[in-house]
Amino acid sequence: MRTISPAASAELVPDGAVVMIGGFMGVGSPHRTIAALVARQARDLTVIANDTARPGVGIGKLIGAGCVARAIVSHIGTNPETQKLMLEGKLAVELVPQGTLAERVRAGGAGLGGVLTATGLGTLAAEGRQVVQVGGRDFLVEPALRADIALIAARSADYAGNLVYSLTARNFNPLMAMAAETVIAEANEIVPLGVLPPDAVHTPGILIDQLLERPRVA
Amino acid sequence: MDAKELIARRVARELRDNTLVNLGIGLPTMVAQYVPPHVRVYFQSENGIIGFGARPPEGMEDVHLTDAGGAFVSALPGAVSFDSAMSFALIRGGHLDMTVLGGLQVDCRGRLANWQIPGVLVPGMGGAMDLVSGARRVVVAMTHTQKGAPKIVEKLSLPMTSQRPVTLIVTELAVMEPTPEGLTLRERAPGVSVREIEAATGAELSIVGDVPEMKQ
Amino acid sequence: MAAEIKGWDRNRMAARAAQELQDGWYVNLGIGIPTLVANYIPEGVHVTLQSENGMLGIGPFPYEGEEDPDLINAGKQTVTELPQTAYFDSAESFAMIRGGKIAMAILGAMEVAENGDLANWMIPGKLVKGMGGAMDLVAGVGRVVVVMDHTSKHGESKVLKSCTLPLTGQAVVNRIITNLGVLDVVPGGLKIVELADGVSEDELRAATEATILG
Repeated sequence: MRTISPAASAELVPDGAVVMIGGFMGVGSPHRTIAALVARQARDLTVIANDTARPGVGIGKLIGAGCVARAIVSHIGTNPETQKLMLEGKLAVELVPQGTLAERVRAGGAGLGGVLTATGLGTLAAEGRQVVQVGGRDFLVEPALRADIALIAARSADYAGNLVYSLTARNFNPLMAMAAETVIAEANEIVPLGVLPPDAVHTPGILIDQLLERPRVA
Repeated sequence: MDAKELIARRVARELRDNTLVNLGIGLPTMVAQYVPPHVRVYFQSENGIIGFGARPPEGMEDVHLTDAGGAFVSALPGAVSFDSAMSFALIRGGHLDMTVLGGLQVDCRGRLANWQIPGVLVPGMGGAMDLVSGARRVVVAMTHTQKGAPKIVEKLSLPMTSQRPVTLIVTELAVMEPTPEGLTLRERAPGVSVREIEAATGAELSIVGDVPEMKQ
Repeated sequence: MAAEIKGWDRNRMAARAAQELQDGWYVNLGIGIPTLVANYIPEGVHVTLQSENGMLGIGPFPYEGEEDPDLINAGKQTVTELPQTAYFDSAESFAMIRGGKIAMAILGAMEVAENGDLANWMIPGKLVKGMGGAMDLVAGVGRVVVVMDHTSKHGESKVLKSCTLPLTGQAVVNRIITNLGVLDVVPGGLKIVELADGVSEDELRAATEATILG
């Protein structure tokens, strides 16, 4: 697999695209691709992610640069810019319980129509949702989520695109690698084929369409 | 060349570079022997591996490394192992470019039966229903007849594997493609006439113009 | 008028909440006062802390200079791992939570109602934090304990007959620990379990809008 530059990766994300972005408060986010999207002045993106981090951090950079028109996330409490844009009507925010978000993305990547969960019953999260009974218990029908592009980050990659994540930086990355038409990955290091033990790989390389070149070491 | 080798060689010509492919047990497994040069294929097995290779030499097998048929395989550089949920997420989620499966019957609309003969042989569907429903392309590799009886039939007498039609059917006599016009005869095996194929087929075949010989 | 802070301070509330922990439990601690609970785990009680961003077995905060930016809790504080720590993705993390593997969650709240309704994720038109993992936690864990101030900074009760804010979950809270004491959610209302130091039952009742039985 040939690698591409961050700028080239940003060109693969058209304005108006639905984009899944890995990371939890910026930890495990694809920072080089995000920077390139800001530099490209991407517009009207729909971002599906856990959160919008903080201003100037991770996805917060995209929010601050006005790249995002719509966000499907579980949490925005740490980013006053997101709150402000939302209350001003400049950014549409759809809030989804975190576990439900994870499962909706997983279902999208696994070819399932959605999942059934009791999370959010009787709350705003249940608005517009079908309720079904299974085994005498109520569940919300939560439809699968897919995206045009997934931007993910890992600790290590090999040249087949196999990925290994680091500690709590794994979070939504492996789920999103399954759920988009085009998957762009970046890693802190790229190792030769055969170096990653098969049992250690978290995301199979066949899922990765584009791999960013190695970060430049000063 | 025997019938099985002919089928396996023809199916191998459907393989495309840099794709993820699942081969069923039996005849389909032979396809791996005929991957065209310069075509890099990643083989997936539903028990949880991408990137397996040929059976290792005697004595070098690993009991933890088999394909879905339980046969020993090797792991190529870049191989990945994973659990069954991930394996079928790959299959259903549109990540599997092609699967090659054996068949007991295929009907005139291209629907496959390959998981049980009621009262005789009930191996179970295993991963077959997921594969036929989920793989981007489904190629059936099977002999054209069973003890002289056609396996391509107007109506399935055996339980269906999926209501989704397969993409292509390859036998030792012909290559057929289910289309809105019916089961279309695409290629003849070398030296086999259209008439001979029709005689061995239990469903009507759509024949358009001259049917070329199978390319090898 | 700002109400005088009575009873327990933040640390005393956290210490009281730590008494809820039982040996061998897997527990999720929310952000804020609940995070402090980890400092007061009783001697001889071994609990494994889960963090919804994908970690089971959270260790203490790292020494300065030893932080790993990829190793955080759900509040984005850098933490350390323990010898038995495991890491996983977000789907597996919430599978644990919804699948009944986590015995208890200790969470902060904006409002709690006498039937156990909980509101802790938004104030319409003012503050929208997002529910994060809170809706999944309250829907999935074995026991939900809320730790919060009994009244708002304007002196209004946060322990109500019914919540005024959008709910995080319906009838999900088992126990409420505030600066004034400990209350259990029981059929028909709340039951006083314990009074904070220097707080009388009358004071607790006066600061509570919800029905207190007995």
